[in-house]
Amino acid sequence: MGKESYESLDYDVIVIGAGGAGLRAAVEVSENTGLKVAVITKSLLGKAHTVMAEGGAAASFGNVEAQDGWETHFYDTMRGGHFINNYRMAEIHAKESPDRVLELENWGAVFDRTPEGRIMQRAFGAHSFRRLCHIGDRTGLELIRTMQYKAIHTGIEVYQEVTMTKLLVQDGRVAGAFGYLRSDGRFVLFRARAVILATGGWGKIFKVTSNSWESTGDGAALAFRAGVDLMDMEMVQFHPTGMVWPPGVRGLLVTEGVRGEGGLLRNAEGERFMKTYDPERMELSSRDVVARSIFKEVQAGRGSPHGGAWLDISHKGPDYVKAKLPGMYEQFRTLADLDITKEPFEVAPTCHYTMGGVRVDAETCATSIPGLFAAGEVACGLHGANRLGGNSLSDLLVFGRRAGLGAREYLSQSVDWAQVDESELDAEMDRVLEPFHRPGGVNPYHVHEELQAIMTEHASIMRSGDVLQAGLEKLLALKEMVPKMSIDGSRVYNPGWHAVFDVENMLLLCEGIVKSALERKESRGAHWRTDYPDELPQWQEINFVESFDGENIRLRTEPVKAMPENLTKLFSYGKAPGLVAREGKES
Amino acid sequence: MGEEFRLSVWRGDPSGGQEVEYRVPGETGMVVLDALQYIQHNQAPDLAVRWNCKAAHCGSCGAEVNGQPKLLCKTRMDDYVGETVSVKPMQTFPIIKDLVTDVSWNYQVAKEIPPLDPMYPAPFQMQQVDATRVQEFHRCIECFLCQDTCHVLRNHEGQQQYFGPRFMVKIAEYEMHPIDGADRLPLLADQAGLGMCNVTKCCTEVCPQHIRITDNAIIPLKERVADRYYDPVKILLRRLSGKKAGPTQTPSRSST
Repeated sequence: MGKESYESLDYDVIVIGAGGAGLRAAVEVSENTGLKVAVITKSLLGKAHTVMAEGGAAASFGNVEAQDGWETHFYDTMRGGHFINNYRMAEIHAKESPDRVLELENWGAVFDRTPEGRIMQRAFGAHSFRRLCHIGDRTGLELIRTMQYKAIHTGIEVYQEVTMTKLLVQDGRVAGAFGYLRSDGRFVLFRARAVILATGGWGKIFKVTSNSWESTGDGAALAFRAGVDLMDMEMVQFHPTGMVWPPGVRGLLVTEGVRGEGGLLRNAEGERFMKTYDPERMELSSRDVVARSIFKEVQAGRGSPHGGAWLDISHKGPDYVKAKLPGMYEQFRTLADLDITKEPFEVAPTCHYTMGGVRVDAETCATSIPGLFAAGEVACGLHGANRLGGNSLSDLLVFGRRAGLGAREYLSQSVDWAQVDESELDAEMDRVLEPFHRPGGVNPYHVHEELQAIMTEHASIMRSGDVLQAGLEKLLALKEMVPKMSIDGSRVYNPGWHAVFDVENMLLLCEGIVKSALERKESRGAHWRTDYPDELPQWQEINFVESFDGENIRLRTEPVKAMPENLTKLFSYGKAPGLVAREGKES
Repeated sequence: MGEEFRLSVWRGDPSGGQEVEYRVPGETGMVVLDALQYIQHNQAPDLAVRWNCKAAHCGSCGAEVNGQPKLLCKTRMDDYVGETVSVKPMQTFPIIKDLVTDVSWNYQVAKEIPPLDPMYPAPFQMQQVDATRVQEFHRCIECFLCQDTCHVLRNHEGQQQYFGPRFMVKIAEYEMHPIDGADRLPLLADQAGLGMCNVTKCCTEVCPQHIRITDNAIIPLKERVADRYYDPVKILLRRLSGKKAGPTQTPSRSST
């Protein structure tokens, strides 16, 4: 192939990904620092998957229930994650999220208010108190729009619609990233002294998913290939309530806010079945429990007509529903011809979030490669085996900022730009253009569909050893299709071309998911094994960590970091710490 | 559903293009974006169309369906039974390819708007009734369908004179924020070109988020500008006292 050219751009910091974490990180590295910062996004600015978050951001203000505090938020997060979380991340998150939410208010976000004029907080699954700061059911839109307008006024440069295909590492530290502009297919090299990954999760590995097309795990796969460790890959969250009907919207998110505002779940027999599975918390149990309960009801033949459960909020009255859940009202009205203020509607579990990801340092979000940082869904540790609703938006803000601070501190040691290996770039350009030179090969969209079918059949909400093993074999066979994927047309805005790299990234991560799912021989949080149905204490001590040598994924275990005494004490009262001060200790 | 849908999709680039007909098997509740994705996955993998969330939250998939500015993810195919559904890119913005246009002008305009300038730091004391008024503007998903339909931008190529309805909504969001202390009226009266809008309400009609752009954002802003700069009594008082309008100069055209 002839030698291709590329444009070369130099920045102090590049942030890959422009969702909540990326934008928050960008603000931290660019505002009043004099650093030259670029934000690189796969789609248009303000469209990242953060925009789809609905229910709220968790922060223990105690505006509605004064007993709340960081200790209880920490306690809920660790319990929700079944104790394989990085406790230090959970502690930082619980302590810092209120400040991050107030910061948003300073920057223009307008949250719903309490009668006293403070930020309103709603109940959510497995949060001991009303904790989610929200704007109706479009909190993610508010967060991303606020961050977007804040960020563009801090002097960042934004590169929209860019596919990054390779993370560059030289002499053991980060050198930048390489990719192409979607609008015209030109190659571009971003040389950078530090790189912050904020590329989100990989929910598109399932067909039934609440995730947008972007969630293909690009950042995690790029970092994995560059030598970074991934952790807890077996932990994939299924949100209990996705839309079920009509087929085109299957998987679309129905916010947990519906249950937070009083929505009730019933089976085909009209029974509030959550009393069987979690009589105390009922509909507001944690997501792993509610999703599994709906799944079990359907399996037992008590499902709704299209294979789900009935969710009903009509008893709250049309005015209330339209005020607190306007997006849900509109979504069902236009897409399903159904009025949720008048009738119940069908819901079923949908792939929603990936708890696993890039292993990072809790304080700085640094990865094992100097100069490379990661924050948000691409990173791992805060949520353990199951994320609580509302902890994602706060995660983005808390650790987006921390990653920015981490990068600044790293750069303060006057790190220079690392060299870039020209031959590596030549090889990369050839690789990226190859799909154009394979006429009559395999359609990348069909490989993606096959990948989704395998994951759905073999590594979904219910797992077992044999089924996972068979799935792994199918995935390895599907990998053979990667060098056969081909596309027609030009390099100008060619979605089929872009899909080739999405599929490669997802395939790599899926292999990682299935391998660690096979090894975790117990059920914990989102990971449910029918052949090992119990949660076992010895598995609480370890995280599965994976590394990639370019050919094979290697799996090892690392001990879960032990909590210091002041934190373990919080779990000794038999109830949420916030209730202890009020009611006194039990026992 | 069983029946087949016919779509006529504009394919091309800045040098030109034409509508190409595709046939797609129907499915219950199918939206135009579903049909386009079917085409993309099975018939034309290089068909360029923007989309992200497919849930009307992100505003990526604006286009013109049978001549009407719409979100492709929210427009049902069964609204057009028996018709060939024509899908074209937004006409106000330069073409990149097929249904994808260059909307970068909007992101340039966004930088011109002074951000919220709180009179005191959060936590704010704010009643829900005051929050509700501005929260309407926060519903905007930046699909730019209002920009696409605004005749100042669409027919008169007034991008140098008017920021367009999207950014009137953005300015209203800050101007009506109870804690904001900045003054954007000179900007509105001058560079943002609020006066260019002649209140035909086309933007309001196409807004998929049902924001009452004209009534609730543009007209109140026009009133504020008129009150500051064009109130005859105030003009007279200013002449008598020798003071200038408001905290800043009377508007005069400045370079943009």
